[in-house]
Amino acid sequence: MSDHNVNPTQPAIPRRMGRLPRWTCLLLATLLPLAAAAQSPEEEKGLEISQEADRRDLGFGDSVASMEMILKNASGQTSTRELRLNTLEVPDEGDGDKVLSVIESPPDVRGTALLTYTHIGEPDDQWLYLPALKRVKRISSANKSGPFLGSEFAYEDLASQEVAKYTHRYLRDEPCGDGLQCFVIERVPVYKDSGYTRQLTWIDHDEYRFWKVDFYDRKNDLLKTLTFSDYRQYLDQYWRALILDMHNHQTGKSTRLSYTDLQFRVGLTEADFTRNALRRSR
Amino acid sequence: MTPVGRRWLGAAWLVLALAAVAAAQPSVSGFVALDVQGFPHQPTFPQQDTNQVLPSILLQPEFTYDWRNDRLTVVPMVRLDFSDERRRRFDLREFNWLHAAPNWDLLVGVGKVFWGVTESRQLVDIINQTDRVEDLDGRDKLGQPMVRLAFAQDWGTLTLFALPYFRERTFRGEKGRLRAPFVVDTDNPQFESSLEEWHPDVAARWTHALGDWDVAVGYFRGTSRAPRFTLDIGDDGQPRHLVPIYDQIDQVGLELQWTVEAWLWKLEAISRWGHGEHFNAAVAGFEYSFFGLFGTALDLGIVAEYLYDGRGDEAPRTLFENDVFVGGRLAFNDVGGTSILAGAIVDDQTGATFVTVEASRRLGDRWTIELESLAFFDVPPTGLLYSVRRDDYVQLRLSRFF
Repeated sequence: MSDHNVNPTQPAIPRRMGRLPRWTCLLLATLLPLAAAAQSPEEEKGLEISQEADRRDLGFGDSVASMEMILKNASGQTSTRELRLNTLEVPDEGDGDKVLSVIESPPDVRGTALLTYTHIGEPDDQWLYLPALKRVKRISSANKSGPFLGSEFAYEDLASQEVAKYTHRYLRDEPCGDGLQCFVIERVPVYKDSGYTRQLTWIDHDEYRFWKVDFYDRKNDLLKTLTFSDYRQYLDQYWRALILDMHNHQTGKSTRLSYTDLQFRVGLTEADFTRNALRRSR
Repeated sequence: MTPVGRRWLGAAWLVLALAAVAAAQPSVSGFVALDVQGFPHQPTFPQQDTNQVLPSILLQPEFTYDWRNDRLTVVPMVRLDFSDERRRRFDLREFNWLHAAPNWDLLVGVGKVFWGVTESRQLVDIINQTDRVEDLDGRDKLGQPMVRLAFAQDWGTLTLFALPYFRERTFRGEKGRLRAPFVVDTDNPQFESSLEEWHPDVAARWTHALGDWDVAVGYFRGTSRAPRFTLDIGDDGQPRHLVPIYDQIDQVGLELQWTVEAWLWKLEAISRWGHGEHFNAAVAGFEYSFFGLFGTALDLGIVAEYLYDGRGDEAPRTLFENDVFVGGRLAFNDVGGTSILAGAIVDDQTGATFVTVEASRRLGDRWTIELESLAFFDVPPTGLLYSVRRDDYVQLRLSRFF
């Protein structure tokens, strides 16, 4: 009955949050031949750092996560969302991951699920499942800058952070996190429909983890800051921030996203990411 | 089935459902809702309730229990209506066991299935019976007893259905608004098949996604979900009831959607045999979304669809012979998930129009408030809508989810 509380025209894909971008050299060369040819030393260094961060995240296989989002408005009132998230790494370097996300709360949209086939260099494929109607609907993935479930996270903030989606420029080194030293990289989105002119990212020297991202809006004013904390290492290799805080400087609203459970290599396969699997996802 | 038999069946289902639920220590969700319908015009027929504000209550809990690869789902619904006795009832929307293997799954029990891509009319959707007592838009469905087997392969998903029992369409009672001039005699339906509601119906559907295209082809053979009607004349020579007649039909359905950027292009078409002459029908159109309207968080989606139906006089009547649907949906993307949906269907030939407006938002995390309204314009005296022309309404629904 309440399916129209979730916009069926909207993608909703929290994906690999706190995870570093992935990349393929081949693809970047195809997408950005001119940019690559005209790289300054700062751009070269920025790209290398982003590539290294991405490389360190390859091979995780699959993961299941439960997460909670707490939305807080300027006067401090809060609202909670809970999600489950299954991710399958697609070994083909030219393609992105497959993600199935299921809303657990608020209860009026419980069971609403989204299946995303992430692509590099072309729009993602997305199907929405509306449990009250039992309907699977293919939706447009063109919505990038809209808020996800009313939170301060935009769809593009939660989507796959492929290296090839941005140009990269190294700016400087700065202290960050807990006594760490960070590279500060400026990223400019090259994909369509972004709500940002640029982003500043802080990536540490030791493990190439993201600690902070500043988002600049279409007028190039500072819009939001995302900070990562409570990093844990999984499978002796993959670092994940369990807490992500997004603060909107222009509205005073904020959203805290925290993982309540995160497991890797649980044995998910392609069969868990079909439209038939979406239909029975709840 | 006799009314008494049906009551017993209902009671047996209820007992079984409760036993299953108690045994399984399920997770519980669902909602309870208070509906208040307001009718600005006095009713057309003398037996109809003259109260212009009609409250009712809807309870629909959902119990699920998950094992490793199996799930039991029980969704009963109870409607308490203070006016129309046919809206005082119990139904099992779902009561099924699902076994899920990696490349196939099997569902046994009472379930619900949706087929289709278009927004204005559910043309290909045929597995579940429409619950006309609940709603006029045809989206509310009765639970359907079924065995459903689905295979997901590289070449798409093939789903096979065996439907051992048919459920008759529900209609509003004497006091209810939004009905025909004569009440439908749901206790004495007629069937083309001598097996009546026990005729074994079958269906199959193949779906596949090929790049930007989503395709589905469905087939159904069995008892038509939509009845024809004949007028039952009493001993005094006066018409008393409408008697529903359920034909045996064959239907082939096609669904197509092409998704490009913010455009969704859609087609649904059917070909049906069994109500006199064979006929075809189709709905085709598009949906386009403006994301982040005027630099705000608002999204506006617009839908336009053309509806064609070539059925003859021997088939169940339809509103949608040559119609145009135009609709819009505004999503605020706020914490409350506020959205407004409006649509109008206009008949090409008569100009008869009906308009729906729906709005909803969440209040806190567990409550929602929804508004739904329907209005008729320029209804000609010959059309199907004539008997409901004075039944414009506004409904407010307050729901508590748990």
